[in-house]
Amino acid sequence: MNVMQLSVFIENHPGHLQNVLKILGEASINIITLTIAETSDFGILRVICNKPDEALAILKKEHVICSATDVLAIEIEDKPGELCRAVTIFAQQGLNIEYMYAFTEKREGKAVMIFRFDDIEVAKEALSSQGYRIVKKIEIIGE
Amino acid sequence: MFNKEFEAMPVAEIKKLQLERLKWSLSHAYKNNRFYARQFDAAGFNPADFKSLDDMRRVPFLNKQNMRDNYPYGLFATPLKDVVRVHSSSGTTGNATVVGYTASDINVFAEVVARSLASYGATPDDILQVAYGYGLFTGGLGLHYGGEKLGCLTVPISGGNTERQLMLIKDFGTSILACTPSYALNIADYLEKKRPDYDMKKTSLRIGVLGAEPWSEAMRGEIEQRLGIQAYDIYGLSEVIGPGVSSECEAKSGLHVFEDHFYVEIIDPDTGEVLPEGEKGEIVYTSLTKQACPVIRYRSRDITRLYRDSCSCGRTMIKMEKVTGRSDDMLIIRGVNIFPSQIESVLMEVEGTEPHYQIIVDRSGALDDVEVKVEVAEDLFSDELKVLDNLKTKIMERFRNVLGISAKITLVEPLSIARSEGKAIRVVDKRHL
Ligand SMILES: [Zn+2]
Repeated sequence: MNVMQLSVFIENHPGHLQNVLKILGEASINIITLTIAETSDFGILRVICNKPDEALAILKKEHVICSATDVLAIEIEDKPGELCRAVTIFAQQGLNIEYMYAFTEKREGKAVMIFRFDDIEVAKEALSSQGYRIVKKIEIIGE
Repeated sequence: MFNKEFEAMPVAEIKKLQLERLKWSLSHAYKNNRFYARQFDAAGFNPADFKSLDDMRRVPFLNKQNMRDNYPYGLFATPLKDVVRVHSSSGTTGNATVVGYTASDINVFAEVVARSLASYGATPDDILQVAYGYGLFTGGLGLHYGGEKLGCLTVPISGGNTERQLMLIKDFGTSILACTPSYALNIADYLEKKRPDYDMKKTSLRIGVLGAEPWSEAMRGEIEQRLGIQAYDIYGLSEVIGPGVSSECEAKSGLHVFEDHFYVEIIDPDTGEVLPEGEKGEIVYTSLTKQACPVIRYRSRDITRLYRDSCSCGRTMIKMEKVTGRSDDMLIIRGVNIFPSQIESVLMEVEGTEPHYQIIVDRSGALDDVEVKVEVAEDLFSDELKVLDNLKTKIMERFRNVLGISAKITLVEPLSIARSEGKAIRVVDKRHL
């Protein structure tokens, strides 16, 4: 199963990110990894967490603009040049990466990267055929 | 038609009636009010010489500042014992205006509102929920008395408390809701966010009587679609009488002015010259029957056009175009005249953008900086920056092409722009601060 990522709109002002994190914290949502893409006036917070459906519902209830997106978590050898190799292969396969970010923790000596492709199913097939292991949702967020 | 005798009177007769009533109104103001007497004398105008409608151009104007200067009773032309009610514009000391009504004035006020309601198709069978504020503001009591005059079951709920409004619409079987257009949109938002279970289309609500602030055709479309109602414009100024100076009919093409009570002219706002019928300019009002507070050539600052057509509703009274801007609200940005309603239309056009916005004008050096804050709606949001950036670019381009200004567009979180349940504040002009 794909990994569900929450994408949250935040204004680029003090307190706004904190507000979202507070809502999630108070609802006992555990954030596994996150990244922020920002422009001068707003940013998009991208979150992988343990209870994404619940988190989405709570944020919407609090009038926070957010959406759920399927992303792929892929294992990459933790060696120099490996990410470059992976990206080159994606390009050769015609896979367009919208954005990507890394997990902070390594898994059994391997790095885990989150990729957002425009067509996730095509990407999945192409990557598997190239020998990349796609990390399942259950391995990331638990039962 | 509530009062066919007047509302469908042949134009020649309307003009004859207006001339007669103007003679009365001008001499009433001159004889019974010191301010008017001084003004008329200073302009060398004597109401006894008033012979034709053309003579109106010789009568001096009344402006908002005159009204403020005469706070509280300086413009009354009847003894206070004959005055039964006052309304007042909100405003701090030195800014408020007061308008008094005799029992007969109240009756005229109720009559023109009853006519307005009837022109939207309202009948005594209707249940009218008045969600305008009750109090010194003319909206609440104005609609209230008009509703009763027509014979509607009138529900004086006043403004705010959306949950309660929704409850009464359902429980009482409300068929007509009177409120500001921004409050109507507020209700639509509230339903979407907090009460998805509440189906407005299953209630009896069918008509919205919207006024007290300028609103665009685009906004009408959105309100009608989201609430499943027919939305009509009711227009008025508290200085003249309140809502009911003019009103749309079921044709929704312009507002009929109740000419047996109000005489209207269009002038060039810069020179004060009367413009020919059909030309756009500032609309000026003269009351024909008011006793307590006659208004003589009151400069409204509202920009519109007057014209006569053979309206499908059968009314012969002159029409004014929906007021889309007030010359007071008009922003001059780098020499370009912009009305907030135009900005609203641009935002509505860009697909899916809800009109929750704020325009901030500031000056850096000699240049005006314009920033438009737009609240991001759920269906516009994307997890990709480029989608949101494209949206900003699209809005920016429309501003440049349609309005001729370059504006900085800032996307903000929902509900982050301050709004009241009454009038919306859309413009922050820091240049005057
Ligand atoms: Zn008509």
